[in-house]
Amino acid sequence: MIIGIPRALLYHRYHCLWETFFEHLNLQVVVSRETDKAILERGGVCAIDEACLSSKIYLGHVESLLGRCDLVFVPRVSNFGQRDNILCTKFEALPDIVSNTFRHRGIKLLDCNIDGRQSENELSAFMLMRKKLGKKRFQTFYAYMLAKQAEKLEQDSLAREQERRLEEAEGLKLLIVGHSYNVYDKFIGGPILHYLKALGATPIIADRVDRKRALSRAAELTSTMPWLFNRELTGAVQECREKVDGLILLSAFPCGPDSLANEILLRRVSGLPTLNLLVDSQEGAAGIETRLESFIDIIGFRQAAKTAKEASL
Amino acid sequence: MTKKRKVTFPHFGDYCVPIEYLMRQGLDMDYVTPPPMSKRTLELGSKYSPDYVCAPFKIHLGCYIEAIEKGADTLLQTGGVCRLGFYGELHEQILRDLGYQVDFINLAMANYSKPYTFYREFKKINPDLSLPKVSGALLTTIRMVESMDAADDYIRRNIGFEQEEGAFDRLRADFLNSLALVESQKELRYLAGNYMKRFKAIPVLKPKRPLRVGVVGEYYSVMDPFSNHYIEREMAKMGAVVARWMNISNSLFHYPKKEIQARIRGYARYNMGATSMATIERALRFAKKGYDGIIHIKSFGCTPETDAMPVLQNISADYKIPILYFSFDSQTADAGIQTRLEAFYDMMTMRKGAAATG
Ligand code: SF4
Ligand code: SF4
Repeated sequence: MIIGIPRALLYHRYHCLWETFFEHLNLQVVVSRETDKAILERGGVCAIDEACLSSKIYLGHVESLLGRCDLVFVPRVSNFGQRDNILCTKFEALPDIVSNTFRHRGIKLLDCNIDGRQSENELSAFMLMRKKLGKKRFQTFYAYMLAKQAEKLEQDSLAREQERRLEEAEGLKLLIVGHSYNVYDKFIGGPILHYLKALGATPIIADRVDRKRALSRAAELTSTMPWLFNRELTGAVQECREKVDGLILLSAFPCGPDSLANEILLRRVSGLPTLNLLVDSQEGAAGIETRLESFIDIIGFRQAAKTAKEASL
Repeated sequence: MTKKRKVTFPHFGDYCVPIEYLMRQGLDMDYVTPPPMSKRTLELGSKYSPDYVCAPFKIHLGCYIEAIEKGADTLLQTGGVCRLGFYGELHEQILRDLGYQVDFINLAMANYSKPYTFYREFKKINPDLSLPKVSGALLTTIRMVESMDAADDYIRRNIGFEQEEGAFDRLRADFLNSLALVESQKELRYLAGNYMKRFKAIPVLKPKRPLRVGVVGEYYSVMDPFSNHYIEREMAKMGAVVARWMNISNSLFHYPKKEIQARIRGYARYNMGATSMATIERALRFAKKGYDGIIHIKSFGCTPETDAMPVLQNISADYKIPILYFSFDSQTADAGIQTRLEAFYDMMTMRKGAAATG
């Protein structure tokens, strides 16, 4: 049996968990290719006009998997229990969006439901998938455990690696505050990371900090922000703000949670130059190069002015 | 004695009447009704809001500012599902940054499964609060909302066929004015019954098989006529029965979650958030009942309602029922709306004619 996984949305956060899980169940996994023009265009055609860019790209990836696998893996993730641990409603809707969009195209879904408030946690959701996959209880449990372990190892090493970069990198360090699926997508975040490096700056990814610690620090900036990912990003800003030279808020148009969460950051994090980047499907990253360039110029200018002032004292 | 609070809540259809009752009678606060919503409300709200936040956020902000100008010193925000849960904290920040010195009752701090926590939030603002008084007033408030919803439901179905132009509107305005004077549940019961009789006595001339249009959509925009440019009324006035299930009584006091979920299983297996389930279920019901068309209303970028749209498109295809989609933001112009409504009306009429002769 071949499981297809769209390389979009939660894949960028959970790829290690998902791939390891399926591999240990002896299932073949195909992941759709990196986002390219064709995927983007097809996603735009399949999706409702007003849907956020990230979810349009997702549908493009799903379509590219049709005919190439037996089941497309589309989990539903609502929340992880507590009240400030919810996800954007997009992730609650995803299986039904996909099945309604592609219902005449022979799509078969492998879905699972993570809804902590309805006492469906990740483990039970993964265990339930064994029925559709024809796997034994123990084997499934074991695969999940191994997958969890692999996920933890990967996250820890990414976080450590980034901490090192944060300490050691020369030149400007800029914290990229955005959802993993936007930062790591070839169309959305790809060009931005690329330009930054070309301009000699070091991107620090807010999503790559120690997530638990970040989450616990979010409360320093907000009391009622409900979304887990945005809370992590908010906490990551607290973690890194002393060590970076500027913030880049990266969002996909028209992202619901970011529309509010970024505004809180803009208003409550003072003293750090901040650039607000909104990527939409028409423009993509076009024009962003010049904005990044002048952002970096401004930071350099301000820092030079500050050093000069300190020297004259 | 401390000075009485002047509390306000953003406009939401005409629900400011029961809210005012609750504030005055139950919580012992003065209530400032925000000035009627206008272009200025929208402009103020949009000016200080993040660009692409959903429209209710902007409208609420505009209402707050106008109510503060009118003397309000305490702002109420409900919290709730979806982005609403975070509206209050950001509203508060924006208003503080603008220099307004006001207090907030942010019910997002309360826990919806524990009613007592609401009482706690209010108690922060008014320490003399009495629980029996609040509960009594709350009950009357609920009944008041129910009577308004029942009247509006009847009006939507009949106003398109009134014999005397404006009869329903005039009586409805009277009704709201009288509700604002109510002091007890007994009075309310009497008034509501009396007015319902009078609404039903207004002469209407309905054709045997009038066009029937069902309205579904996102919570705020569908219930707040200002936000949706009064399209229900416009539609009805062209000569149609307009039906809408979504209102406060049905969604807040009598929401049949399990049944809804079961009925739409063929189209959606999971809850897609906020009002999306109710939207799908009602659309399906209108389709099955042979309505002539459905209007879907939401604010621009509303995630849950956008996600319900692929399902609506399938229902539309399966039951051959046309659906007109509206998405409102602070920029939407009236003219375009009218044209689309007229075209929709003509299409429904033609289809009905063809079905009758064919
Ligand atoms: S959080 Fe924003 S970008 Fe992510 S799915 Fe929701 S609306 Fe789209
Ligand atoms: S349901 Fe729609 S309009 Fe309401 S808060 Fe959510 S996104 Fe905004």
